[in-house]
Amino acid sequence: MTAYLIRRIIGAIIVMFAVATLVFFMLRILPGDPIAAMLFDVEDPNAVEFLRTKYGLDQPIYVQYFKWFGHLLTGDLGQSIYGSRMDVTRTIAEALPRTLSLAGLSFVIAMIIAVPAGLISAIRKNSPLDHIVTIVAFLGLSMPDFWFAIILIIIFAANLHWLPAIGYVPLAEGFWPWFSHLILPSIAIGTPFAAVIARMIRSSMLEVLQMEYIRVARSKGLLTTRLILVHAFPNALIPVVTVMGIAIALLMAGTVIVENVFAIKGLGRVLIQGILNRDYPVVQGSIIVVSAIFVFANLLVDILYTVIDPRIRYD
Amino acid sequence: MAIVTDTQNADELEVSAERTRWLRYLLRDKRAMVGFVILGIFVSMAILAPLIAPYDPNAQAFDMMEGLSWAHPLGTDDLGRDLLSRLIYGTQISLFVGISTVAMALVLGVFLGVVAGYYGGFLDNIIMRYIDLQWAFPNFIIAVYLVAVFGTGLFNVIIAVSLAFIDDFARVARSMVLTIKEEQYIAAAKTVGASDARIMWLHILPNAAAPLIVVGTVSISYAILAEAGLSFLGLGVNPSTPTWGLILADGRSFISRAWWIGVFPGLFIMLTVLSINFVGDALRDVLDVRETRSGGSN
Repeated sequence: MTAYLIRRIIGAIIVMFAVATLVFFMLRILPGDPIAAMLFDVEDPNAVEFLRTKYGLDQPIYVQYFKWFGHLLTGDLGQSIYGSRMDVTRTIAEALPRTLSLAGLSFVIAMIIAVPAGLISAIRKNSPLDHIVTIVAFLGLSMPDFWFAIILIIIFAANLHWLPAIGYVPLAEGFWPWFSHLILPSIAIGTPFAAVIARMIRSSMLEVLQMEYIRVARSKGLLTTRLILVHAFPNALIPVVTVMGIAIALLMAGTVIVENVFAIKGLGRVLIQGILNRDYPVVQGSIIVVSAIFVFANLLVDILYTVIDPRIRYD
Repeated sequence: MAIVTDTQNADELEVSAERTRWLRYLLRDKRAMVGFVILGIFVSMAILAPLIAPYDPNAQAFDMMEGLSWAHPLGTDDLGRDLLSRLIYGTQISLFVGISTVAMALVLGVFLGVVAGYYGGFLDNIIMRYIDLQWAFPNFIIAVYLVAVFGTGLFNVIIAVSLAFIDDFARVARSMVLTIKEEQYIAAAKTVGASDARIMWLHILPNAAAPLIVVGTVSISYAILAEAGLSFLGLGVNPSTPTWGLILADGRSFISRAWWIGVFPGLFIMLTVLSINFVGDALRDVLDVRETRSGGSN
């Protein structure tokens, strides 16, 4: 187990190194000149020269790379080259709790929808209820989350005035203000995600319900609810956990776009604003942090997998 | 000689019988039928756009943000442009982006996957390390990043989205090649001196087609969602082009005054994606392909 853990952690570090390197060099082939963008296309050779020296863009690319990498290792992601020249690490540190709150709440909402829906459609296979769940899941999968977000705003914010349409309030300022700002975006992200999970739970439950031990338990006269919740469901969750890595990636992709609908200044909004402003350091920094979240989440899922299924040994 | 012709005829008969069996199966599947019908409507809308759109999609009029009426069945936008006409023209862009990105991703991904699987060794290692790296990230995030690198615009969006999707195809193609490679007919082809390229093209690819068709079909829906998402974020096509994602992004500003601008484009996206998913699901059953990747690539 320890050997496996060490191997996985080293693997994750190599992936992060590769991502950071790719991100650095790919942005350097960007056709636009960030300095020109900073000067709003004012053509003053002296100013251009000054800024190029200031940001180290006059040095050979490998020198820039090693410098940048050295800073990265100390957690310094550089300075924004747009607007007030904010520190990128600080911008991201402020954005991160927003994105994690949003992703966390979306996950909870998705599970609240997906688990009962998946279980019901597996237990009542081919019943009208199962068909309804299947159709709703298909709709959920086909629906753009940013559109669903707009529909939710139209209904709950613009017409009913129950919830705020945009913005974010930290948890420190109270649970309700935090929750009321996050609930709509979380539903928008969580619903398509729930569709994926519900379908996985359904097919995995159907497989487990065919197993010998379930039939034995049933013939012993075990109560159906106990049979399903205690004997079948935990085992049905194992294959669901394996794809959780992909699922978390989906969730993060959802936050990137939905944050922009609700004007929540999380990682996704920082990233997109960075791209629109041609702000290299911000784009680089946020992509690297998003990548680190994926890699870490995948690592966690793999470890979790060995914990929930003791039959699996990676030695 | 006659015997050869007979077996050829028999083969052809078998093939056509196989085809009608598939067709019958697809026609019996209600969901697939719904999918085909909706998709058919959207495809005809895209092709016939200039004939059926009631107005010029960019013609501005004074009746701005006018609700649903006989003159404007889906209302007008903030510049008085007819929403229905804009959405009909948007179908062209969405379907074009969906199909062309998947075609490019398919060619590139399958090429990488087949080469990696067929030759194995060092080449396989290099290609698959990259594909695995890309696989760890959601396609949409990769597409966003690539647009950041290449810049916006229709052509760049197509390149970015298709590059973001190659990992799906490469993985499926490679795993198919690894199984097919061990078949006796491949050994036989090698024995008679067929070249590697010939074996890959004529013997491996046709036998790997079924799962690739399924992944390809479903990917079209993800590509359409990706384009809409990019356009919505302002990273997509030129702002004057009527695309579903852009119209939806416009609608965001008029949520309380003109709900239709925000609602209908999303409905169009959802119906298109839904119909493609229905068809893809039916194809998966017909071609008997196990799911390769649960969930979306949203």
